[in-house]
Parts: sequence; C-alpha cells; structure tokens
Amino acid sequence: MNIHEYQGKELFRTYEIPVPRGHVAFSIDEAVSIAKELDSGVVVVKAQIHAGGRGKAGGVKIANSIDEVRTYAKELLGKTLVTHQTAEEGQVIQRLLVEEGVDIQKEYYVGFVLNRDTGRVSLMASTEGGMDIEEVAENTPEKILYEEIDPLVGLTAFQGRRMAFGLGLGKKGVKQAVELFQKLYKLYQDSDASIIEINPFIITSEEKLIALDAKLNFDDNALYRQERIRGYRDESEEDPKELEAGKYDLSYIALEGNIGCMVNGAGLAMATMDIIKHYGGSPANFLDVGGSATTENVSNAFKILLSDKNVKGVFVNIFGGIMKCDVIAAGIVEALETIEMNVPLVVRLEGTNVEKGREILENSSAKVISAVSMDDGAKKIVEVTKQGC
Amino acid sequence: MSIYVNQQTKLVVQGITGSTAKFHTKLMKEYGTNIVAGVTPGKGGETVEGVPVFNTMTDAVKKTGANASVIYVPAGVAADAILEAAEANVDLIICITEHIPIGDMIKVKRYLENKDTVLIGPNCPGVITPDQCKIGIMPGYIHKKGHIGVVSRSGTLTYEAVHQLSELGMGQSTAVGIGGDPVNGTSFIDVLKQFNEDPDTHGVIMIGEIGGTQEEEAARWIEENMKKPVAGFISGVTAPAGKRMGHAGAIISGGKGTAAEKINVMKASGIAVADTPSTMGETLVNLMEDLGKPSEQQKRE
Repeated sequence: MNIHEYQGKELFRTYEIPVPRGHVAFSIDEAVSIAKELDSGVVVVKAQIHAGGRGKAGGVKIANSIDEVRTYAKELLGKTLVTHQTAEEGQVIQRLLVEEGVDIQKEYYVGFVLNRDTGRVSLMASTEGGMDIEEVAENTPEKILYEEIDPLVGLTAFQGRRMAFGLGLGKKGVKQAVELFQKLYKLYQDSDASIIEINPFIITSEEKLIALDAKLNFDDNALYRQERIRGYRDESEEDPKELEAGKYDLSYIALEGNIGCMVNGAGLAMATMDIIKHYGGSPANFLDVGGSATTENVSNAFKILLSDKNVKGVFVNIFGGIMKCDVIAAGIVEALETIEMNVPLVVRLEGTNVEKGREILENSSAKVISAVSMDDGAKKIVEVTKQGC
Repeated sequence: MSIYVNQQTKLVVQGITGSTAKFHTKLMKEYGTNIVAGVTPGKGGETVEGVPVFNTMTDAVKKTGANASVIYVPAGVAADAILEAAEANVDLIICITEHIPIGDMIKVKRYLENKDTVLIGPNCPGVITPDQCKIGIMPGYIHKKGHIGVVSRSGTLTYEAVHQLSELGMGQSTAVGIGGDPVNGTSFIDVLKQFNEDPDTHGVIMIGEIGGTQEEEAARWIEENMKKPVAGFISGVTAPAGKRMGHAGAIISGGKGTAAEKINVMKASGIAVADTPSTMGETLVNLMEDLGKPSEQQKRE
C-alpha cells in the first residue's frame, strides 16, 4: 500500500526524523492559511499523488509570496498530473503539501528496500540525490552505497558511520546521519514498510540534515497489524475495480484488452494472459481468485469481470489444488442467475473435485463452451471474441 | 529415488484442526502419505482423520518420531509455526500458508541459517513424489511415477506441467513448489542441485515468473553444473510493470525482473523455453529426444 508524502512526513516526525515545517491542504484557502502560518520567505507547494516524478511533471512549485501560493494552489488542485509513474490518463490532484522552503547545500538519496537475493533489508544511499535513482543504478552504479542489515541486530552504528563517511559528510553530518538511518530503520521495522525512500535528503549550509521527500510503501500482508498505516489509505488513488475485488479477497488488475479472465493461482493467471496474447487475443484483466475463495467470492469476481465494458468474452481457467472446481462452478452458476451474460463464456476445469464441478455446470442452464485444456480454451475464447467484433 | 520426500517421510500437520488442513489431511492420507501427528495448540488429545493431535511440535516429534512438517496455519501465526517446527528439529518444513508478512519471513530465514532444517515455501503447493508421498495441496491424480523433476514458483503451473507430462506418458520423480513469495526458504538452485544428484531424475522442468532474479541465477548455475536437460517456462510476458501480479514476489520494479530478460538468460544458458504454458511438457520431451536421452523408452514404461 502506498501513502502520500505528507503522511510519510507525519510518520517521520513521530520518529524525530527532521522534515520541513508544513501541512496538507485540501483547498486553495487552506493552502494560503498554511503558508501565512509558516511565515517563511519561500513556500513550496507540492502535489500529493501516489506516484513519483511529480517535480518533472510540474507538480512542485516554488512560491515567493502568499499570492503566488494562491496562484499555484489554484493551478494544481483538480489538475490531472501525468508522470512517468502514473497511468497514461494520469492522476487528479486533490491534496497539496504546503511547506517552508529550505536552504539546500547538497542533495543525497537514502532508501531502505528488501534485497530479494539475500532475504534482508538493505540501506542504500547516494551522493546523486534528486536524480532518478534507477538511472543512477544503470549509468553510475558505483555511486550507490549499500549496507545489508542483519535482522537479529538491526542497523548498527558502525554501518551507519561507514555509509555517512562514504557519502563524504563532515563530522557534524555523520553524527546526524547515523541517528537518522537508525530511526528510519526502526520506522521500517515497526510499520512493516517495504520501501522507504528519501530523494532528496539534504544538508543545509548549517550542516543540518533534512528529509525533503518521503516515499513509503507498506507490505499489504502486514496491514492487519498496522492500524495507523491503514488509516492513511487513500482509495481515490486506486482503481475502483481493483478496490472492489480486494473486498472479496480477490487479486485483480485491470488491463486494456477485451477477454475477461478468471483463474486460480497467480502463475496460472499470468500464463493465461500470456497464452491469450500468443493466440492473438488481448486480456482485459489479471484475476487470481486465490485458494480459499467461497462461492460468493467467485460470483462477485464474475460480476467485477462483466462490469468492464470492454469485455467481449470470458475465459475461466481453473486447475484446482487448494481451490475446488465445484466451488468455482457453483459461483459461476450463482452469478449467472443474478446478472445477464451477453458475451460468450469458455470454461476449462481440471484438478480437485473436477467431476463435481463439471456436473454442476452441465446441470445448470448456463451457456458454457467447455474446453479440454488451457490451449483449447485460449484458442476458443480468442476465436469467439473475434467473431463478436 | 526422489528428492525431499519418500516412503520414509513421517509427517506432522501443523494446524490440523482447521478446515483446509482437515480436507488435505484426508487427501494426503488417501494418497498414502504417512501422517503420524497433528498439532493445534489447545486441541491436544483429539484426533483428526485418525491422526493424534498434540499441543506443541516438541510433543508431536518426541512421541511420534516425525521428520517433516506441513503448515496450514493462518498467515499471522505462520512464521511462529515455522520457527516451532525448526526448533523441534524436523528435517523438512513445507509451508503452504499464503500472505505471511515479509518482515516475519526475513527473521525466519535468518533463524534457519544456523539450522539443518530445509524450508520449502511459504505460499507454495508442497512437494510430491508420485506413488510414495504427497505433502501439500496438489491434486494427486494428475501425477504419475517416473523420471522428470518439476520445480516452480507457481502452484497451478506446477499442476499444469505435471498434467502435460503425465498425458505424454512421462512420469515425475518429484515435483516441488518453492512458492511465490519474495523471501522464501528453498530456491531454484537448491532444488536443481538435488535433481542433479538424484539418479532417478533424467530431466527437469523449471517454471518461473516475473520479479526478482532467481531464474537468471538458476540459469547460470544450470549452464555450469547441470548434467540433465532442462526445459523452462516464464509467466508474465504480458504483465504490466509496477503491478504485483497476485504473488507478493511477482512484480517488475525499476525495469528489473521482466519475463523477456529471464527468457533471454535462460535460452542463452541452454534451457529450452516453452512458447506457451501448454507446451511445457512437449518442450522437454523434444529436448530430450534431440539430446538422445531415453525419453522414448520412458514413454513405453
């Protein structure tokens, strides 16, 4: 789960990680009154959306007067921002972070991420702050420093020092940096974060370290024990169909095509999209119904699929293991009793309780084109959806 | 021969009184797996499907001599269940549970570094040696005894590969699901090493997916060390970047972990990569025939 920059900075404040003074604004008037309260010469107005690259896309403005704050707030609120990380249609700006400008001596990058190769968290930092860190990794990998963290002892002070000296910080800066790295790691642990990135993290001319940005992402699997983080959720930043699917424990991702897919298992669900493409079709979605879905969940999954107006046909591809074929079949039948299905439906069932599942479909009034294999099913759905066009 | 599990495996089911565990305990027993105990705290003294239930892993192992465990407990308590099994010194832990917090798995992995216990999973279908021992949630009937090893990050694609092999008359030595989480126990390379040393395994299908670099590392290992033909498949060619595709580990981030890159490295390492998920079995059979391995003879067996 992603959160906004201003929410990340709220968390930073709780951990005494220095950030600029500032506040979130939902309206132009709020932005102006925050700026007045800040009473700093320069005020930064930052669009709050769940995507990086806001600066380049024109979502960050430097205001030198209260009038300029008003102008920029008016310009940004309600505007659609398209960055290299948003979807093509962009994201509407509904919140602004209004904060004091700070005197930047030098910019750095600091990040905590999971290293999948070692199964441990890494502290990463670079003197190339303010840049796209992926580009730095690609072009000048030697400019990124790493410290691998042993989960039993946490981030040690010597690792923090090694990193800080590696960044070329002075004596005053090193002391602050070590504390800051350790506080960030504590936040990472306490909040079940999966990414914490500060880009840039800066040093002022008085050698004071400040987090100018805050990009945080959290492990969805741990949200059940993270009440504060759950409270930061902004559903307006998420795809409505994906949200709806989440309510029924379904893993759904909207795509551009016209063949709705309902599959069990993430690997098979991806492979089903791939094989549809292979035969010249185009998947409308990724949908993994998971292993513990009930008939009701399956029925809801079906409704979500059909709510996509682009869908010209549906392919159900099930290889039951923990998921039972009869549960899927009953869910399809239940869904078709309550909603009208005007597009062809191809079903392939195999695995646990397959005979029961096939029987349920045969004894129902559902119009089903059955397939004997994934290959057969993919060919059939591509063929019938082409005819429909 | 086989890897990880066989007729000598004596299994404990952790969380045996839950509905999923009960259902699969029944299916595993029917398949012939030797289940000697179950564990559910507070339910000690009960029986499930004729299997005695204990309060702790320590009791279960002490009383029954169990050497393996399978975990079906909910995600929030699964890491503790893995630690409990490791502390009771079983040789093998297979964790089926999905959605375990990554932070928990980071600690578990660190704890296991100093242990001989092998962890398979989490978020996996389990391990099966056909006609000997089935541990997990895979449908037993699609498997056939034979000489092909299968290793996969995806449960349902493992079934798909096994099913194709069986239909082609190619049985399996052992099929191993290593799970779809970013931090897990046994890796592709760990399993490939076992298959390489197993005289009963003549060829291998390796099934990967987007996210991470495990497949690339495995491919390089195969190129240098593998004595047996390997066919592969990678799912997620059509997956958009930056989206988590069901599995916690299946995500393309920062341009890394794409299917195209994995497929390229695998092909360059001599692995025959199937074009579609429905030709995984066929791809291996063709490769083995090209190499003059005894696949025809196997088909007649």
